[in-house]
Amino acid sequence: MKLELRFFASLREALGVAQEEITIPDTVKTITDLRIYLIERGNPWAEVLAENKVLRCALNQVMVEASTSLKENAEVAFFPPVTGG
Amino acid sequence: MTIRIQEKDFDISTEIATLRKGDPRVGAVVSFLGTVRDMNDGSQVKGMTLEHYPGMTEKALQDILDQAKARWDTYQTLVIHRVGPLLPEDQIVLVVVTSAHRGEAFAACEFIMDYLKTEAPFWKKEDTPEGARWVDARVTDDASSERWVKK
Repeated sequence: MKLELRFFASLREALGVAQEEITIPDTVKTITDLRIYLIERGNPWAEVLAENKVLRCALNQVMVEASTSLKENAEVAFFPPVTGG
Repeated sequence: MTIRIQEKDFDISTEIATLRKGDPRVGAVVSFLGTVRDMNDGSQVKGMTLEHYPGMTEKALQDILDQAKARWDTYQTLVIHRVGPLLPEDQIVLVVVTSAHRGEAFAACEFIMDYLKTEAPFWKKEDTPEGARWVDARVTDDASSERWVKK
């Protein structure tokens, strides 16, 4: 499955990546699976996406739960809790 | 419904005048203006930079305004949120709601602001004497938006 990954704010800075196209294996089905898959790359991914870090995620620009299933060609974003206003 | 994400400043009087112009049904206009403070979490703030998620931010704000419209009897709603570099005393965000009576406009305006704080993808990075730091989300903001959830 092909995905477009997006990272924002402190995550973007810590990873040094704002955007990335990725092809994931069939075993990666949900956002949580994707997070674990990226953690397996090692640092800085493992540290930035570690399970004890409070993150938000969006699928096709809508905020979703981590258990949400991924979709072909989806835009998947990871970011810290928002601080606007 | 009007949503604008912009770097440039805005004039609250002009925005309110435009929003209620030609609509004599309006009997109440409630606005919230958010501004940059020079202190946060015990540190002096010399300035800040606001980042957002182009595309998603507009969608999230649209969804918040749709929810407000569905819950309260309002006429017009406006959200302007600035991004990019800002200094203490600068205007950051403006929410304006018009309605026939004040109760609906007050409630809708507060709801929009509370949800914007927890649902709209904006992030503040502050410039302090100890260096630049990303602002942590406040637990009190989650509590403010959760109190609107219908029991």
